[in-house]
Amino acid sequence: MIYLELLWTFFKIGAFTFGGGYAMLPLIQEEVIAHDWLDIKSLVDFIAVSESTPGPFAVNIATYVGAEVGGILGAFCATFGVVLPSFIIILIVAKCFAKFSNSKMVKGCMAGLKPAVVGLIGAAMISIGGTVFAPAGIHTAILSDVSFYAALVIFLFSVFLVFRKVHPILIICISAVLGILFGYMIDYLI
Amino acid sequence: MASGKMKKVWQLFLTFLKIGAFTFGGGYAMIPLIQKEIVEKRKWISDADILEIVAIAESTPGPIAINAATFVGFRICGFWGALFATLGVVFPSFFIILVVSFVLKEFQSIQAVRYAFHGIRAGVLALILKALWSMYRQCPKNTTAYIIMASAFVLTAFLNVDVLIVIIGCAVFGLISSAVISRRERQ
Repeated sequence: MIYLELLWTFFKIGAFTFGGGYAMLPLIQEEVIAHDWLDIKSLVDFIAVSESTPGPFAVNIATYVGAEVGGILGAFCATFGVVLPSFIIILIVAKCFAKFSNSKMVKGCMAGLKPAVVGLIGAAMISIGGTVFAPAGIHTAILSDVSFYAALVIFLFSVFLVFRKVHPILIICISAVLGILFGYMIDYLI
Repeated sequence: MASGKMKKVWQLFLTFLKIGAFTFGGGYAMIPLIQKEIVEKRKWISDADILEIVAIAESTPGPIAINAATFVGFRICGFWGALFATLGVVFPSFFIILVVSFVLKEFQSIQAVRYAFHGIRAGVLALILKALWSMYRQCPKNTTAYIIMASAFVLTAFLNVDVLIVIIGCAVFGLISSAVISRRERQ
């Protein structure tokens, strides 16, 4: 049953994500692609959509994947699934552990989880980098492909903007404009 | 429910609806808004509470925005407060994305939009690099941490180990190594 599967998958994602923002990206990538619900390109496209719409990334991606796979009811199940673990765990913590974040157990786990998230996001960057720079797969002709250099220029310029603290939405707009410019230029030249 | 409490629960819902509708990028971007709406305007909790909420939201699983909403709601109004604060923060995302998911496909058949997304993907990669950098800066810098970082990277990127297993393994490893360190310090 697709609705139960959406609920269960996003429940797992909600239950095993630590830290904000893109910490859950590696897990989402693995689950969503393993189920064949999205390909990696649409996942990256959706990150851009999520950056430009309000709300937490986790809820946005759950709603989106749910809607793509199972319509409105699917969106509801996936969103419900991703929120539920947080809700239950926070209720328990708020009720039972006054000093939860100071406990040795929690600190110990976090000492392992913080560096793990860094490694996991690094791994996600490798596969996403693959779709950005070599959408047709890694092959020997990649350095003679114009679109590889176009992507590289946009990426490096965006890195520059990111570290100049330019707003993410503006960066997405700029890279979209550059993408259109380069796309038509390459079409015109070739 | 007493009518006073019901009113408060409703106010919580509306406040978090507003917070959900105006935080872009989620997570930490939400904290200043909570501060303004809940601490300064409504005076429901104090600044010190905010720090505790951030610490708890960070050290429990799940998106920070949801954790923070549930916790604040519970603090102020018990279970119903938690429920309606969480509903409030999720609602705007849910409806906006639902609309987007129906529109997005129509747009993607346009050639210019496809080119735009070629560019956007490269831009998103830069945003993820930034996320990686800020996570790295928050991370403890010692040998154990570097070993965990490197093994999590290699295991998922090149050996295709299940991400869930890597997460659980790293938590256990962190727990054991900090237990060992604190025992050594005591001796």
